[in-house]
Amino acid sequence: MPDVAAYDPLGVAGTWRRRRAKLVVYVLLGLFALYYVVPLAIVVLNSFRSLPDFSRNGLISLPHSFSLEYWSLAWSKFCVGGTCKGIEPFFYNSVAMVVPATIISTAIGSLNGYVLSKWRFTGSEILFGLMTLGVFMPGQMVLLPWARVLGLLGLSNTIAGLVLIHCVQGLSFTTLFCRNYYVNIPDDLIKAARIDGAGFWRIFRKIVLPLSPPILIVTVIWQFTNIWNEFLFAVIFSSGTNQPITAALVALSAGGMAVHQYGIESAAVLMAALPPLLVYLFGGRYFLRGLTQGAIK
Amino acid sequence: MASLTIRNLNKSFGSVAVLKGIDLEVKTGEFVVLVGPSGCGKSTLLAMIAGLESVSSGEIRIGDRVVNGVPPKDRDIAMVFQSYALYPTMTVRANITFGMESRGVPKQARAEALARVAGLLQIESLLGRKPSQLSGGQRQRVAMGRALVRDPALFLFDEPLSNLDAKLRVEMRTEIKKLYQRLNKTTIYVTHDQVEAMTLASRIAVMHQGRLQQFAEPRTVYDRPANMFVAGFMGSPSMNFLPAQIAVSGPAAVVLAESEGQAMRLPLPDKVVASAGEGRRVVLGIRPENLTRYDRGRTEEKPYLGTIQAPVEVVEPTGAETITIVRIGSREVIACFEPDAAPAVGETVTLAVDMAKACLFDPETEMLI
Repeated sequence: MPDVAAYDPLGVAGTWRRRRAKLVVYVLLGLFALYYVVPLAIVVLNSFRSLPDFSRNGLISLPHSFSLEYWSLAWSKFCVGGTCKGIEPFFYNSVAMVVPATIISTAIGSLNGYVLSKWRFTGSEILFGLMTLGVFMPGQMVLLPWARVLGLLGLSNTIAGLVLIHCVQGLSFTTLFCRNYYVNIPDDLIKAARIDGAGFWRIFRKIVLPLSPPILIVTVIWQFTNIWNEFLFAVIFSSGTNQPITAALVALSAGGMAVHQYGIESAAVLMAALPPLLVYLFGGRYFLRGLTQGAIK
Repeated sequence: MASLTIRNLNKSFGSVAVLKGIDLEVKTGEFVVLVGPSGCGKSTLLAMIAGLESVSSGEIRIGDRVVNGVPPKDRDIAMVFQSYALYPTMTVRANITFGMESRGVPKQARAEALARVAGLLQIESLLGRKPSQLSGGQRQRVAMGRALVRDPALFLFDEPLSNLDAKLRVEMRTEIKKLYQRLNKTTIYVTHDQVEAMTLASRIAVMHQGRLQQFAEPRTVYDRPANMFVAGFMGSPSMNFLPAQIAVSGPAAVVLAESEGQAMRLPLPDKVVASAGEGRRVVLGIRPENLTRYDRGRTEEKPYLGTIQAPVEVVEPTGAETITIVRIGSREVIACFEPDAAPAVGETVTLAVDMAKACLFDPETEMLI
């Protein structure tokens, strides 16, 4: 908390006006909070409910039965696309995809940002502009080129192929984030280090990287969440046992089963949503701070 | 330690010429101050000496070596920045030893050099702190420590005192002077503050609009400024300029142009008149401290003392002296009085003009005659 109390625009004027204003604000905020929380609450509750409970009380209802078995079934037993190992293998597929893709794209983005802010060359601004163009490019546009590239590299339907796609697709964002952060590092620091005998890599390692945690946390959270939740590339460029969890979820619900296993589906969805949620819960503070804070106090 | 030679140095950014034909010869062990108003190119010149800016044309030589294409780390220089540029994530200790570490100096030698510099600057107690935990003056010391820890050919200072408050600035100035007197290292020091230039320099290089205006000892720059720009820039309050004409008849003298009725005639040394030429139009430059209240006792002592009567318009006491603005013709002229002899507003004072100290400039070229 800051030392000085934040300015409270609703805390001035007459008592009645003040109370009325606060009431309006809190009611509105409460409604919005409800609007966002209710779907999550329904899915959470449904993950504990039995099938007869669903058929008697419908999809949206308070639980009349309670069981944890749907979570374990969804995790390791339920049949998805022909194999009956639950969503566990797909979960690990996602992990195997998201970890290297996040690390590589963040590392390269950081290096790009360093070059584009501190080692400018003729045309570096134009290059930066072109790179950030990728931020606005819809994924559908690059589906065919990627299909061709993956085919040429022999990476069709592999996790490595998806890692490659996410690294390249993510570079626009990571470069943009890091470059705009590094621009605020005073040039004098770089100059001083150059006079001190440090070269390109030493300055990066000893001066720039130690200043980077706020922005690296932002890029890691951003990349992790986006890559984990990404669906389009996942569903198009992978199939069978090589699918990441987002694609597998669809296969799970479209399993050709006569009856929808709502409890299992809910549990699977929640497990799939958990990693980015946890990342955000633990890193959210740094995320906001990193986005608003400059490099140097 | 080494000398620095700059020959016909030019720098342009695109079509804008920032430095035009700079020639500078700095002897080993000299303290040279580059001074000028902002935008005069002094910081660019320093950056070029450091190797942080490329050379458009000309030559920079450190010792016997031409360094035009040499990267900063191989120029054997140390630099103190205006912003201090301390590495924010490192302790004071790491800040000071970073350069030696980069150059692969053995640990033992690093520790010794650190101890020497910390003692010299009295920053032993700060070594474990981060720059954000230091006051402005302490940061300044650490920044100097980082430069002093090595034994480079050249020390470069880029306005190192301008971020300090007035009192601390004066203290640090004295300290830099003391350090220099102890170490006697070749130093190039950039500042826009003419007092810093006067107090620190063994020689001052005054720059304006990308050109070197004058390069001489402080006394010379002050007493015999090469042109009207230097005359006006150095000294505070700055020199008064009055249009005048060398007297054609009578004893050697200069006659003020705008003297409204009274013939204002001020004596000059004969040789000045001889070199300027009778009847020539000139600009008379006279420093405020050479315009004081006329005192009969002193008149006898000094040769070439003229007098002018002038009404007083503004009186500004500063404590040590009283700055007075008087009107001569259509011009405002600044004079310095001792507080005891300060005039009142509206009073007409008789000013003693010490013409032995006066400078004459050509009105066209603005150069010293």
